[in-house]
Amino acid sequence: MASLVGSRVERKEDKKFLTGKGRYTADINITNQTYAVFVRSPHSRAKIQKIDVSKALRADGVVSILTGEEIAKDKIGGLIAGWAIRSQDGSEMKIPANPPLAKEHANFVGEPIAVVIAESLAEAKAAAELVNVDYKVLKGVVNTAEAMNGETIHEGIDKNLCYDWLLGDRKAVEEAFAKADKIIKVDLINNRLVPNAMEPRACVTDYNTASEEITLYTTSQNPHLSRLIMSAFGGVAPENKLRVVAPDVGGGFGSKINVYNEEIVCSWASKKIERPIKWVAERTESFLTDTHARDHVTHAELAVTKDGKFLGFKNETIANLGAYARVFATVTPTYLFGPCATGVYVIPAAYTNVKAVYTNTAPIDAYRGAGRPEATYTIERLVEKAAMELGIDKTELRMRNFPKQFPFKQTLVHTIDSGDYGAGLEKAKKMSDYDGFEARRKKSAANGKLRGIGVSSYFEACGIAPSAAVMSLGCGVGLWESAEVRFNPTGQISIYTGSHSHGQSHDTTFAQIAADELGVPMENIDVIHGDTDKGTFGMGTYGSRSLTVGGIAIVNACRKIVAKGKKVAAKMLEVSENEIDFKNGEFVALKSNKKKTIGEIAFALYLPGSRDSDFKSQLPDGMEPGLIETAFFDPANFSFPAGTHICEVEIDPETGEVKVEKYTAVDDFGRIVNPNIVEGQVHGGIAQGIGQALYENAQYDETGQLVTASYMDYTMPRADNFPEFNLGFTCTPATTNPLGVKGCGEAGAIASPPAVMNAVIDALGGQEISMPATAEKVWRACKSMKKSNYKAA
Amino acid sequence: MKTFNYHAPKDVKEASKLASVNSAFLAGGMTSIPSIKLGLASYTDVIDIKHIRKLSGIKVAGKSLIIGSTTKHAEVASSKEVQKAIPSLAKLAGKIGDAQVRNRGTIGGSISNNDPSACYPSACMALNAIIHTNERKIKASDFFKGMFETALKKKEIIEAVEFQIPEKSDYQKHPNPASRYAIVGVYLAKYKDIVNVAVTGAKSCVYIDSDLSKKLSSNFSPSAIAGMKLDSSEMNSDIHASAEYRANLVLTYAKKAVEAC
Ligand SMILES: Cc1cc2nc3c(=O)[nH]c(=O)nc-3n(C[C@H](O)[C@H](O)[C@H](O)COP(=O)(O)OP(=O)(O)OC[C@H]3O[C@@H](n4cnc5c(N)ncnc54)[C@H](O)[C@@H]3O)c2cc1C
Repeated sequence: MASLVGSRVERKEDKKFLTGKGRYTADINITNQTYAVFVRSPHSRAKIQKIDVSKALRADGVVSILTGEEIAKDKIGGLIAGWAIRSQDGSEMKIPANPPLAKEHANFVGEPIAVVIAESLAEAKAAAELVNVDYKVLKGVVNTAEAMNGETIHEGIDKNLCYDWLLGDRKAVEEAFAKADKIIKVDLINNRLVPNAMEPRACVTDYNTASEEITLYTTSQNPHLSRLIMSAFGGVAPENKLRVVAPDVGGGFGSKINVYNEEIVCSWASKKIERPIKWVAERTESFLTDTHARDHVTHAELAVTKDGKFLGFKNETIANLGAYARVFATVTPTYLFGPCATGVYVIPAAYTNVKAVYTNTAPIDAYRGAGRPEATYTIERLVEKAAMELGIDKTELRMRNFPKQFPFKQTLVHTIDSGDYGAGLEKAKKMSDYDGFEARRKKSAANGKLRGIGVSSYFEACGIAPSAAVMSLGCGVGLWESAEVRFNPTGQISIYTGSHSHGQSHDTTFAQIAADELGVPMENIDVIHGDTDKGTFGMGTYGSRSLTVGGIAIVNACRKIVAKGKKVAAKMLEVSENEIDFKNGEFVALKSNKKKTIGEIAFALYLPGSRDSDFKSQLPDGMEPGLIETAFFDPANFSFPAGTHICEVEIDPETGEVKVEKYTAVDDFGRIVNPNIVEGQVHGGIAQGIGQALYENAQYDETGQLVTASYMDYTMPRADNFPEFNLGFTCTPATTNPLGVKGCGEAGAIASPPAVMNAVIDALGGQEISMPATAEKVWRACKSMKKSNYKAA
Repeated sequence: MKTFNYHAPKDVKEASKLASVNSAFLAGGMTSIPSIKLGLASYTDVIDIKHIRKLSGIKVAGKSLIIGSTTKHAEVASSKEVQKAIPSLAKLAGKIGDAQVRNRGTIGGSISNNDPSACYPSACMALNAIIHTNERKIKASDFFKGMFETALKKKEIIEAVEFQIPEKSDYQKHPNPASRYAIVGVYLAKYKDIVNVAVTGAKSCVYIDSDLSKKLSSNFSPSAIAGMKLDSSEMNSDIHASAEYRANLVLTYAKKAVEAC
């Protein structure tokens, strides 16, 4: 049987999603359900003096109105930050309380203050308008760079500083800088983004008065984690009385990792009113309250010799957390950022210092790439600038500083098991016709246009997050994954995974790897996820971890199945276990060539004493019947995909419009299970990265109002903004897992912003501009260029 | 959402009779429905005029192109008559918003709304349009009064828009990358003795740039306007574009429009 791993199997999910048969949270309706609408703060920072619900309570259809006071009385806990980060002075990070309904202070526009529950959505909305909140408006702290000088937002958190974290050795870096021929400097802003999953957040909660169990249907990337957090920290219900179901989920990108206020409130309230409750976010609520992304202000320096050798790296960053610290908020700008900021290069001395600050804006958390796009942007802008200032070709400069051997121990944290960065760069150069660029630049110039080319070589650390690695950093819990492989007596297979698919196509990929392991057709395999009542505890999907961690748990469980099957086959074929070979779904006795299929073995394990066996057990003595195996996989290390992306842009200097003319991506994801799916992931990631570089920008005004809170003002890129992407792959198999796979979900979004910006800045003759490179910004830069720099026709 | 009465009258007379200070006509609903949903507008009566046959259609009569008020943008974009008589108008319609908006939004809805960044008003101004209503005929130059303001009276319904077919014309638009409305749109129409340059998006209301029009009327070439400095003092400035940038776009697109003719 040919291996399914590596082939372009059609997606099992396509039929469901393309024919509109997906079942999302908002599609779920429960008899007798009520509707929730949240009263939200219109101010970025205010003291809540009084909440008057009397008028609203009398409105038609209102069932209940609950506020922060009631939720506090019931001792329901708040939202949490999942990772402990220590400041360089040894002190613990400072985390403010984040109650599900704000009681005393509102700290960002959109923060929930009260919930109105009514018989219909229209009635809930109408009544919500009658809730009268008396606010004392305070001056909001909005600007990232200025946050430490603003008024204190959370009592006791001085300078609005969560932590001042240092990774690396400042002294060694200063010594390295003293030896440099040249110091390259950049000041960067990593613009704030709104994740914009296609499906807005939603939840339906259902309390069963007899079993006292709450069922929560929700838009989550990690239902088991949500249950754990709601139970252990929220105190909403014990885990055995809380079932969390995340059915089809229409995109997450990190914004659906967190348990949010609304899920906690509706679960608790449903128990209080003894009726089901439904809440579905409107798009404006998504803009205001989904966790946002990025928002760094960075000063970085690279010390180089005149022949282009990198000596040292400095990175001083202020990272905005928004109003509160959420689940991955504290680790994203530290351990997911700092170690990757030295990029794919040998840099003997380096440090990253991050000050994480609170502001009166929506909380920021992980978003596709989480920390690694910010890291890659920092180092790849520096390297490109170094190439310009040194007069060395940008690809040549990179080549000179790539590590030549693997495993490669970085200066900061990571030991990278495998890779070949030069091969990726060479392939990308060839595919993009890098050497033919000057001719294309001339042609553009003849038409009065500016053309630029930008390179971005990246690596990233994903497969988040191996316990051993994380514990050695002292910052949090390790994130393994689980799988259960269950045979039916008649041989079909159900695979339960703790990963969650919300666009990643696990139904297909996981079935492919299991089909290979077990030698059965893919059609016989169903992948089940997203329900805490089905399968074992699992950590969910983010950080490009599903295949490299969750997929490997499946492989390991399959191998346990085969091991058990082998014992049964040996007994049935009357040979010893080591005389049995398992291949293509068959257990073969090597000498006699007699066979038993895995289906026959499964049948025997459920019905050991059949007529065929004269009603005698076919199982070895003492063996438990049944064919179900569970595996937990905790990898030895992260997975380290890498590659080089090359972008070519053309600018119309009269309007400043930037057009992406060519985009080439060469990635090393180790072994690829399904090229179709991987290409889809890369396309999506690049689209988001080009979005960040050229279009997307979440802007707050000075009072903390989000002025880009709709698609009229927030630019989501569209298909016509992109050229055809030109994709290629190299392969150095990962050594840390049996499939040799590396994560591919985030790479596109990690590599692409600097590739695009380097191209724009190249076209502008080296003038730096910030993301997003909007037409007006680029036009201004063009105006200040000497005409001689580009020969207008 | 607030409740309202929905009417679907069969003719213009009945529609007009139903109208009051608290009503709105419903054409494509691309502006009116979101306004209601967002609480920006509320009406007691919504009068759906989509089913009035006579309001939709495209025809050429002598030197005029006449488009019924409920004709959709997609219909104008793909119309053979429009493509032949005034190709730039088909181009304009084909670049409005997105496919969903073009399949619903109407020319009548667009000009009665008179959004400062809508495209059609500039076409009306440059192409010396006459707005036919159930009560009268209004010249485009008298029709667009100010931001979201027109000469229409409450019971007045646009029946059709009559464009004067030019010798040459072009529409150039710098779309807002988010909404695809015009940050600046320049409609240029050349007639025998006169060139009209109408501008949308730049100010609070569509206007004819008389300097550009005059210069191009006497010399129809890009060089006639090259290097001109446009006054940006009354131009819009917002998160998408500054006044100075808009002024640059007006001139740049006027030049590009001449080149395209
Ligand atoms: C996302 C988006 C992008 C858009 N981009 C563009 C763009 O690029 N360029 C552009 O020009 N426009 C754009 N539009 C506007 C769109 O093209 C519609 O023309 C506009 O929304 C109104 O037309 P409608 O037919 O939907 O009118 P409706 O929303 O139905 O009505 C709007 C108003 O006009 C009145 N009205 C409608 N018809 C008549 C009539 N016959 N007589 C009297 N009054 C009438 C109604 O009473 C109402 O007050 C965009 C809209 C959206 C939502």
